[in-house]
Amino acid sequence: MYKIVRKQELAENVDEFVIEAPDIARKAKPGQFVIVRISRKGERIPLTIAEKDPEEGTITLMVQRVGKTTFHLSCFEEGHVIPDVVGPLGKPTHIEKWGHVVCVGGGLGLAPIHHIAQGVKEAGNRITTVMGFRSKDLIFWEDKMKAISDRVIVTTNDGSYGMKGLVTDGIQKLIDEGEKIDMVITAGPVPMMKAVAGLTKKYNIPTVASLNPIMVDGTGMCGACRVTVGGEIKFACVDGPEFDAHRVDFDELMNRLRMFKSLEGEALKEFQKKHCGCGRE
Amino acid sequence: MAKKEIKKNRIPVPERPAEERIKDFNEVKLGYTPELAMEEAKRCIQCPTQPCVEGCPVRVPIPQFIKLIAEGKFVEAARKIKEENILPSICGRVCPQENQCEGVCVVGKIGDPVAIGALEAFAGDYEAKVGIEKPQKDEPTGKKVAVVGSGPGGITCAADLAKLGHSVTIFEALHEPGGVLIYGIPEFRLPNEIVYRELEILKDLGVKIKLNYVIGKTKTLEELREEFDAVFIASGAGLPYMLKIEGLNLNGVYAANEFLTRVNLMGASRFPDYDTPVYVGKKVAVIGGGNTAMDVARTAKRLKGVEEVYIVYRRSEAEMPARVEEVHHAKEEGVIFKTLTNPVKFIGKDGWVVGMECVRMELSEPDESGRRRPVPIEGSNFVLDVDTVVLAIGQGPNPIVMEGVDGLEVGKWGQIVVDPETCKTSLEGVFAGGDVIHGGSTVIQAMGDARKAAAAIHEYLLEK
Ligand SMILES: Cc1cc2nc3c(=O)[nH]c(=O)nc-3n(C[C@H](O)[C@H](O)[C@H](O)COP(=O)(O)OP(=O)(O)OC[C@H]3O[C@@H](n4cnc5c(N)ncnc54)[C@H](O)[C@@H]3O)c2cc1C
Ligand SMILES: Cc1cc2nc3c(=O)[nH]c(=O)nc-3n(C[C@H](O)[C@H](O)[C@H](O)COP(=O)(O)OP(=O)(O)OC[C@H]3O[C@@H](n4cnc5c(N)ncnc54)[C@H](O)[C@@H]3O)c2cc1C
Ligand code: SF4
Ligand code: SF4
Ligand code: FES
Ligand SMILES: [Mg+2]
Repeated sequence: MYKIVRKQELAENVDEFVIEAPDIARKAKPGQFVIVRISRKGERIPLTIAEKDPEEGTITLMVQRVGKTTFHLSCFEEGHVIPDVVGPLGKPTHIEKWGHVVCVGGGLGLAPIHHIAQGVKEAGNRITTVMGFRSKDLIFWEDKMKAISDRVIVTTNDGSYGMKGLVTDGIQKLIDEGEKIDMVITAGPVPMMKAVAGLTKKYNIPTVASLNPIMVDGTGMCGACRVTVGGEIKFACVDGPEFDAHRVDFDELMNRLRMFKSLEGEALKEFQKKHCGCGRE
Repeated sequence: MAKKEIKKNRIPVPERPAEERIKDFNEVKLGYTPELAMEEAKRCIQCPTQPCVEGCPVRVPIPQFIKLIAEGKFVEAARKIKEENILPSICGRVCPQENQCEGVCVVGKIGDPVAIGALEAFAGDYEAKVGIEKPQKDEPTGKKVAVVGSGPGGITCAADLAKLGHSVTIFEALHEPGGVLIYGIPEFRLPNEIVYRELEILKDLGVKIKLNYVIGKTKTLEELREEFDAVFIASGAGLPYMLKIEGLNLNGVYAANEFLTRVNLMGASRFPDYDTPVYVGKKVAVIGGGNTAMDVARTAKRLKGVEEVYIVYRRSEAEMPARVEEVHHAKEEGVIFKTLTNPVKFIGKDGWVVGMECVRMELSEPDESGRRRPVPIEGSNFVLDVDTVVLAIGQGPNPIVMEGVDGLEVGKWGQIVVDPETCKTSLEGVFAGGDVIHGGSTVIQAMGDARKAAAAIHEYLLEK
């Protein structure tokens, strides 16, 4: 049983949970995730370890409400327990002293990006973070990213805060300023990662993307999470989730993410019928 | 001794009719009644050579337990079996008896072999109804053993060592114990209830089970070696092989493990009451000819909306590795067999599989190994109209448990190499058995390995 020791709403539809999981906290490295099952009849969903505190024995998860399980999870409060949390899963981020690293996160992509940036910083790199949101009221963790980055660029699609545009505009700005970039690490919605990879490829900047395919076991057993990288089949849960972004087939990933779309819609509707309609109790 | 007349035909195990059973996931076989069991048990001639016992990897005292059933001593029969096999209700249902105990039964030479498996399941089920005897335990030895994996191998080794007084902890990656018995083999063949029931013995013996615990990730094998006096690895063969042909990653194409895990472990047949979905179209092709393929096909047959299910296998039916009974049940349930057929390409439309191009095969002359190799017949390609495909072409050991370990000898297919007598690995104090050393085998083989390993571990701990 994994107790929720703190919970906080970070932005519209985004919750942060600090969860008691001492064995996972001790082992978690940047880039890794857990798989969570929140009830007896529940499904298994992957969530990134955004932060860990081995002393306190906790890990931090950031969850965006998008469907049945994440809406249901948002009903959990401090003191509640999550029946199943397993991890840390996936390969840790490969970290070197590259020089100047640009960490690019969109929305929930900040969960992996935060933990990765911490590791990259500790290895002695200079860090610029580019974080993108749709609009001002969806922004979270700006302070946290500022604390570990040498520079932070916030972009909003509607220009309500920071720079108007997409994260790729933020990266382009750095390039135009003549900044030398040695490595880009990106996480977020697939179209965003695809755009980032497209841009950095043009400038020959090595880029790593943290992929988010559908997973079940998270240990290489089921094959649900297979992705194509450089023409080869990889299981993202054990071979990844991070891969060379210039070699990832993002279109295939986008397609595979919609395999259960119609059933997922049905599940959310059923859930909302039983709850107050907004999906929360 | 006066020769008794031998009854050639076995008493059939009552089963539900195919039309009825494909509407749900309840067990297909109803099992013997006490009367039927006694009648079948009397077919055993208690032959002096008892080849059946040799045919069983754990040496169940077959003639003895069958005699007890014939005498109406059902509970005693179950306890007799449990001297060697703690999971009679499971093994009686899933062992490939035709290749093991029943395959060598003397009665089988003139008629049907004695239904050893069905009798074993009967005895196990009967004892469970009247109350299972609590197992005896030796005085605590103060030694600690870690077991990786809670499939039949892990369960058996843990039970044996706990009985000998060692303190045993099982580490299991999933949120439920049981291994393939829970996530792989469907409920219509082996109800989860029965697995839970047979797992009770671990609780009675004080074995600790840590779920959601991946060795290689949550803790490494090295850390286990520091914390425990010995380690037994029974992590199975949970790495699915993929057919590397065009269109593999189209939506609607699954590996058997994903398909079965969604339905068996996660309850997808009860979606949306259970949260995990499983997508199936109208026409499902299952590629492969083993138990896994039969399980997938019969599972698909039971899912809403499915109209046709094909087994696509590149050899002929005679070469199918599946248990004879599974093939028979699959046919009864309307699964269509396309043997001597091999897929060459998955055809997609808008990202979804809409067909499968296949080629017909023929069997060549036997090669050195005596197996007739299937070879494609040129120009025989055709398209099978399907919208869901499940690959059941085998699996190998999952390497995750070995992550970050030096000095563990591993073979060509990723299997852990052991001394066949003791199940000792190349690492001091580390033993392994079951699918992780064979790369896919049987429940009873895993249990046989586990018993061997338990004996060797016990000896090792006493010497240590
Ligand atoms: C390695 C990894 C790390 C992730 N980290 C985070 C994170 O830190 N925070 C966060 O909010 N989200 C994260 N996700 C995504 C998260 O798992 C999905 O949003 C969640 O599973 C949706 O479940 P649902 O029932 O609420 O929504 P649904 O309505 O069931 O699904 C919405 C969409 O989410 C995707 N999805 C559904 N089920 C799964 C599944 N089992 N595995 C993966 N994706 C699925 C599908 O594209 C689906 O269309 C991560 C995914 C991966 C693979
Ligand atoms: C669909 C299907 C049908 C089958 N039908 C039959 C049949 O009818 N008859 C028969 O005799 N055999 C059958 N088999 C084969 C049989 O199930 C296996 O041979 C047997 O289960 C092997 O037992 P095991 O204990 O070695 O491993 P498993 O049963 O595979 O159990 C291994 C366990 O270890 C866990 N694990 C793996 N890695 C780790 C790790 N790093 N840390 C912690 N835990 C870990 C897994 O989650 C799993 O629970 C079938 C197999 C399948 C897949
Ligand atoms: S355990 Fe399996 S092989 Fe052994 S006697 Fe029972 S059914 Fe036969
Ligand atoms: S071989 Fe057949 S007849 Fe002989 S003891 Fe075994 S079950 Fe009975
Ligand atoms: S999630 Fe099952 S193999 Fe990756
Ligand atoms: Mg969902």
